[in-house]
Formats: sequence, C-alpha cells, structure tokens
Amino acid sequence: MTTVAEAPPAARKPDYKARARSDRTTVYLLLLPALMPVLILSVVPLLRGIYLGFTDARAGRNVDTSFTGIENYRELMNDDLFWSAFRIGLVWSFAVTILQFVLALGLALLLNQPLRFRGFARVMALVPWAMPPVIVGIMWRLVYHPDAGLLNEVLYRGGAESLQHNWLGDFGTALPAVILVGVWSGMPQTTIVLLAGLQGVPRELHEAAAVDGATTWQRFRSVTVPSLMPVIVAITTLDFIWNFNSFGLVYVLTAGGPGGRTMLPMLFAYEEAFRYGNYGYAAALGNVMVVIIVALLAVYLRRRLREANV
Amino acid sequence: MNRTGPIAKTLQYLALAGYLIFLGFPLVWMLSTSFKPPREMVEIHPTLIPHNPTLDNYVEAFTEQELGRAALNSLQVSLSTAVLTVLVALPASYALARFKTRLGTAALGWVLLSQLFPFVLLVIPLFLILRQVDLVNTHVGLVLVYVVWALPFALWMLQGFVRNIPRELEEAAAVDGATRLQVLRRVVAPLLAPGVVATSLFAFISAWNEFFFALVLLKSPDLATLPVTLARFVGVEGIARLGPLAAGSLLATIPSLLFFAFLQRRLTSGSLAGAVKG
Repeated sequence: MTTVAEAPPAARKPDYKARARSDRTTVYLLLLPALMPVLILSVVPLLRGIYLGFTDARAGRNVDTSFTGIENYRELMNDDLFWSAFRIGLVWSFAVTILQFVLALGLALLLNQPLRFRGFARVMALVPWAMPPVIVGIMWRLVYHPDAGLLNEVLYRGGAESLQHNWLGDFGTALPAVILVGVWSGMPQTTIVLLAGLQGVPRELHEAAAVDGATTWQRFRSVTVPSLMPVIVAITTLDFIWNFNSFGLVYVLTAGGPGGRTMLPMLFAYEEAFRYGNYGYAAALGNVMVVIIVALLAVYLRRRLREANV
Repeated sequence: MNRTGPIAKTLQYLALAGYLIFLGFPLVWMLSTSFKPPREMVEIHPTLIPHNPTLDNYVEAFTEQELGRAALNSLQVSLSTAVLTVLVALPASYALARFKTRLGTAALGWVLLSQLFPFVLLVIPLFLILRQVDLVNTHVGLVLVYVVWALPFALWMLQGFVRNIPRELEEAAAVDGATRLQVLRRVVAPLLAPGVVATSLFAFISAWNEFFFALVLLKSPDLATLPVTLARFVGVEGIARLGPLAAGSLLATIPSLLFFAFLQRRLTSGSLAGAVKG
C-alpha cells in the first residue's frame, strides 16, 4: 500500500494512482512541521556558514561583508594559533579515542563474562554518560584542585607528595589531565556499543574454536575481533569525530589554558567568533574541520561498502 | 569462555574493581565536597568524609538567587523543548514509518548527518539568523535551536515506535469503518504513548544538559541556563564557593540520572547506544 509510488508505472492501476497522489500530499503535510525548522535552522545556517568562511564578516559590521575568496584560509595557514589548536585537537582526539576504545573493549569483555555484580556494574557504567558535560568538568576540577582536590591528597597519603601538582594549571600536565576526563566521560557509550557487538558474536563460532583447541587469546583474535570489526570501525570513527568537535568539557576544565595548551579547534573558533568577533575567520575554521570530518567519513564509508560487497 | 581458572577470575574481579574506582571516586569526591562547610574547604589535607557535614551548601544552592533563577530558566527551556519536539516529530515520524518517500529518506539522512558537523559552523550563522529576527538573547530562540537539535534522535526513536505498531491493527480499524483521524486517535495514539514519553524525556534532557548554544545565544545572566551559570561559578568564584558549586552540580544531574535510569534497559542492551551523544 505504501510503496505504490515505487512500483513500475505499467503495474499501476488508475485508482492506485489517485490514492498514491493523495498519500503523497498527506506525507508532505505530515513531514512539513519537522522539515521547516530543520531547513531554516540547520540547512540554511550550514550553507550560510560555509559561505561565511569565504567572507570577511565581523561582529558589528554585517552590512558591508564582502567575499574574500580563500583569504581566510591563507591567513589560517599562517596562523600559529590555528596550527597549535589543530595539533592539540588531533592529539586530544586520537588519545581520547584510542584510550577510550582500549579501556572500553576491556570493560565490555569483562561485562560480557558471567561475573557477580555484573548487572550492577553495567548500570554503573552508564553514570558518566548520564552526567551533563559541564557537570563532569566541574567535578573533575574538584578532583584536580591544587588545594582542596582529591588527586593531590591521594598522592600525599600514598607518600608521593613530590608528585603533587596544579594539574590543570601546569603546562606539562594540562592536556593529559583533560584527556583523562575525556576518556572518563566517553567510555560508557563506547563500552555499551562494544558490549552489544559482543553479544552479537555467534556462540557456535567460539565453541567450534574451543573444540579445535584454540586458546582464549586465539579465540579472541580469530573469532571475536573479526566479528566485532564493523562495530569497532563505526564506534571509533564516530568517537573521533565527536571528540574532534568537543567543546563544553574542556571549556569548563581549562577554557583552553594554560597558555593555549588545551586550546581545541572548537575553543579556538569560539574565541575568534565571540570574543574577537571574527565571524568569517571562525567560519573558515569550521569549513576546514568539516573537510577533515568528511574525509574521515569517506574513508569509513568506503570501508563499510567494501565489507558489504564481500 | 566459561572455563576460566581461579587466577583469571581474580584478575577479572580486580579489573572490575579498578574500573568502578576510576568511575566512582570523582563522584564520591563531589558528593563529599557538597557536604563540607567552607572551613573544611581550605584545610591543607581535605578528607573524603567531612568532619562536620552540613546541608548548608544544598540550602544555598537552592536559595541562591542566581542558581535558583538558572534552574527555573533551564526548566522552562527544557519543558518547552520537550513539548515542541514531540509536537513536531510525531506527525513526521508517522509519515517516515508508514510511507516510503524520497523526501523522507533524505530528511532522515540529513538529520543524522548534521549531528556530525562541528557546531561552530552552525552557531555563527544561527546567531546571525536569530539576530535578524530579534531572537538572540531570548529563550524562544534557544528553544527553537534545541528543537532542531533534538529532532534527529526524536524522529529516529518515534518512527521505531510507530513501526512496532502492527499495520494490521490500523487496517482492521479502517475496515471497520473508522476514519483516518479516528484510527490515529483510537488505535495509534494509545500505543504510541510510551514512545512519546521517551522522546519528550530525551528532548528535555538534551536541552537540560546543553551548554554551547546557551553560552553563545544568551547574553544576559538573567536568562542563563543551569550549565552556563554553573560554568561561570567555577571560572570566577573563590575556594569557599566549592561547596555550593558541588551541591548545585549534583542537583543539576538528577534529571539526567532519572532519565538514564528510565532508559537503562534499552541502553544496556545497546539498541540505542549509538544514537545518544551526551
């Protein structure tokens, strides 16, 4: 009844045709309330954002914005702050994604075992996910606090007083400290996705391998990992993109400091746009990020397609 | 897989304990901080269990004018977002689930893809567009943005619920002479209630937790939502304010926790895991 519009013309009967037409009008009417706001507040801004990246738009000067072509990009290429933000963004995204993946895989394997407290641990594993990112940032500032913080106190009690630190304020430790928080808050989602993937691995494969005398490690390598591969590729790609775009968590933790050591691309763009009013320049940075993300997605999708073809 | 030796078992429990400590300690610390009086905040060696636990921080978080107002703002914005999102998503998701059109497929694809774009690219033009219609620095403008932002997942979730309603039920009612509207009201609506609840809760929480758009679009402190106000507290306030900050943060987390408790079963089974980005 619903796929009439898709049927070959020859197979259509006249009354079907009329019905399909009235159906289509209904469908458009039903979709309209959702698609209009999406069009106005998502498609249009996105296109306009892309255009802005090729202009010299500035705060308080929206009338005589002029098209400047690749000027912003030339400037970006010569901007040390941009390169620094880009590098830090890559380090942050790779580090968080990889650490998160390794820990989450371990945890997922663990939570897939018949252990006591497994149900409790599974529910607990969701907690960081349930917390607003800003609150996670505030919580970890309490942990990293140089005087009233948990971490320094633990080090003191453990006799490692010399390691006490102003974790978020120190040039050397700020980025690692922030990365750890990123891992903490992103782990649940990755864990749950991997756990769902593990539960989809056919039991018979494991049993057959066990009968053939494969060790746990061999079974992990030749049964679990291959069957999990599509899930692994999907979640790490998404994690990387999400991390590359992240803002709130680091904004609350360090606001990009000390001395720009944790200045992620999004923080840099935010500063450029809303502190200095360089809308065009910030939009250009957004465009560069989109190109990177699209490139990543292309790699990911190609991989998926190749898998689907096999 | 079941034949693990006692050593392996012990290691597994150790790993699990290690994870729970990594997970739980920051939370416990925030909880402990929220019960500490200002004096204990400046002690050289803070303790996990407060010497003189107090509820003052919670009282202060509740009564402090700024935080109270921020909580009300958040409530107002999140409720409006939840209601509007469902109103807009409901017809669309019915259309997406029941009729296959190219427009519908394209819309769903777009809506999912747009989640991967960096917000900077959206927020500057959004800011400019909302300014043109005088909606910058208003809750209305923020709610509109939040609705669009919550729509992808709302559509995804609701159309799944619609698909779960057997088409035969609708057809049977139609054969019995019910008009289309009657079918929707009497057959579809009641069965869709759980989906509507879940969707509105999701929209509520995504608005309640959101920070970036609120930071950019709301200029006056009177209008600021809870995350923005709390974030400002960490930035400028001194050490004595850590207590109310921790208390306020914990209170701000409660709606989220309730939501995840509600969704827990579906989340742990992984069916929604890929879709919710915190």
